[in-house]
Amino acid sequence: MERPLLLDVADLQTRFHTPEGTVYAVNGISYRLHEGETLAMVGESGCGKSVSMMSILGLIPIPPGEIVSGTARYRDRDLLRMSEEELEQVRGKEIAMIFQDPMTSLNPVLTVGKQITEMLQKHMGMKPAEAADRAVQLLEWVGIPDARRRLADYPHQFSGGMRQRVMIAMQLACTPSILIADEPTTALDVTIQAQIMDLVIRLREEVGMAMIWITHNLGVVAGLAERVMVMYAGFIVEEANVDDLFQDPRHPYTIALLAALPRVDRRRDRRLKSIPGAPPSLLVKPRGCPFAPRCEFVIARCQSEMPPLELIAPRHKIACWVDVLRGGSR
Amino acid sequence: MGRYVARRLLQAVPLLFIISVILFVLMQSIGDPLATMSGRRPTRSADRERLKRQLGLDQPVLMQYVYWLVGNDWTSIDLDGDGVRETRGERKGVLRGDLGRSLKKRQPVLDLIGERLPNTLLLMGTYEMVVLVGAVALGIYSAVRQYSIFDHAVTGVSFVLYSMPIFFIALLSMYLLAVKPKQWGLPYFPTVGMFEPEAGKTVPQVIWHMVLPVLSLSLISLAGYSRYMRSSMLEVLSQDYIRTAKSKGLERRYVLFAHALKNASLPIVTLIGLDLPTLLGGAIVTERIFGWPGMGRLFFDSVSDADTPVVMAILMMVSVAVVVFQILTDVIYAWLDPRIRYE
Repeated sequence: MERPLLLDVADLQTRFHTPEGTVYAVNGISYRLHEGETLAMVGESGCGKSVSMMSILGLIPIPPGEIVSGTARYRDRDLLRMSEEELEQVRGKEIAMIFQDPMTSLNPVLTVGKQITEMLQKHMGMKPAEAADRAVQLLEWVGIPDARRRLADYPHQFSGGMRQRVMIAMQLACTPSILIADEPTTALDVTIQAQIMDLVIRLREEVGMAMIWITHNLGVVAGLAERVMVMYAGFIVEEANVDDLFQDPRHPYTIALLAALPRVDRRRDRRLKSIPGAPPSLLVKPRGCPFAPRCEFVIARCQSEMPPLELIAPRHKIACWVDVLRGGSR
Repeated sequence: MGRYVARRLLQAVPLLFIISVILFVLMQSIGDPLATMSGRRPTRSADRERLKRQLGLDQPVLMQYVYWLVGNDWTSIDLDGDGVRETRGERKGVLRGDLGRSLKKRQPVLDLIGERLPNTLLLMGTYEMVVLVGAVALGIYSAVRQYSIFDHAVTGVSFVLYSMPIFFIALLSMYLLAVKPKQWGLPYFPTVGMFEPEAGKTVPQVIWHMVLPVLSLSLISLAGYSRYMRSSMLEVLSQDYIRTAKSKGLERRYVLFAHALKNASLPIVTLIGLDLPTLLGGAIVTERIFGWPGMGRLFFDSVSDADTPVVMAILMMVSVAVVVFQILTDVIYAWLDPRIRYE
């Protein structure tokens, strides 16, 4: 039942050259996204989730950013080797992205209508009137009442949740084949979060697009994604189908993350376990496994050699030297 | 918005009144206008008394202010010094558009200003346009090419220019663009006045004569303004909504001008709003160096002669302009930034 491959990212490495030194943000990650598939990318803040997505769309400011190596094949074309003009044709039209904070992600001095129609005019070649009609449809589609009148409103006249709906309507305006959602619910109230999630899931079905959902919230992932990638310090440390990941996590970091997650099906008297230590500084070139200093399964080899991301079960990959089930080296 | 503007205008009335009182009191210590009236020799005391009476300077300060404000045509004044008020006053007062007469030139102040103001508006208007266009272009370019050689060069030159006094730049530009080319037998820019007397006041003549003063004024302001524009633009370019605009596949240029510039221009509008009214007062030093017959020179000469009606008129004019431009700035600001609403 393998669906056609849509996006194939291989060995992506992104660095930032700052006055403090080089930041190793993304250290050679590879993943594939198939048509209609939803992939979740999970990890702590600053582990390179957003940067890895922005890298493939050319949204990293260069300098200070630098994409050191890698390929990102989208429908047989490498996004990382496209010219700016070619990328403009992909961004928003083929691959769209919604962002974390709807308060700051919309331009405060342009009307909502303008921010939606400019896209339709650019990518779909629509005339202004036609684009306005389509914008009204889009806003109604994402559940904004009185849409025609609201076209002339500015972002500050919308609530946070409504703004995120506007953002979604805008980015889905050209029915992209991939939607990258960069923590789109993090800045919202919990009830609004659920509404936005439901909306995105509904729209995903209607458009039939593939999706990459970036989050630091494992709980969000469960009801949404088919496959999950866990990122740590710029590496993908585990990749599996969502059920496998929750029931049979094999990477010590994933195990620790899940132990820190409150669950309804767990006994009440068990305390949530926090992960000791702090994520490593990305200013140091990684040598060995970046999780080793915080890992309870650590062995000598972890300190000196970064384990590759390897298949350990069908459709289940981890980057770890240790077999957590038996203990000791794999 | 209309109500807001009306309220601001009403608030301006007491403000301007207070400003005028303070200025009028300060004018009392500007110097003795009678001292220089008889030319090189000191004015004789008999003449002093007569002049004082005729010019109304014998009155108490309060009365002088009242006459200045509302005129004296409703009362009689004593012109011949016999203690009897027999002559009807002729002044209408500022409130009725009579700014008085110059003590020195004996012409109505309004005529003097009317003669000079267009020259100053021409000079300062051109200068402001040059600065604005140049600063926006330089600022945007430096911001987009942050830390490039161009950006560093502009930063360096800006600091040098910004720290230079205007008289130095003015003299330097004269030296490099007029004195030296003339010595070398090359075409050179004129350094004095608005036109050659034999050529007459023609458009090319005036433009030609404007080059050096506009250049000197612009260089300094351009340095400051372009810095503001650069930092403002840099701040905007790092905002999330610019990233959003890029993620929508909009063209670079379009993102820059349609999404970034409007946001980045907000602080600049405030700056211009504060700057424009002071332009009416002219550029005192520059006009003097280049012999430009504008408000700056009128002001300078009037202060030297203690010609209080002229000085007072110019200062009040600038005050009114400041108030008006403040309101105008607020209106434009609200138009540019929809988040701002005046209730």
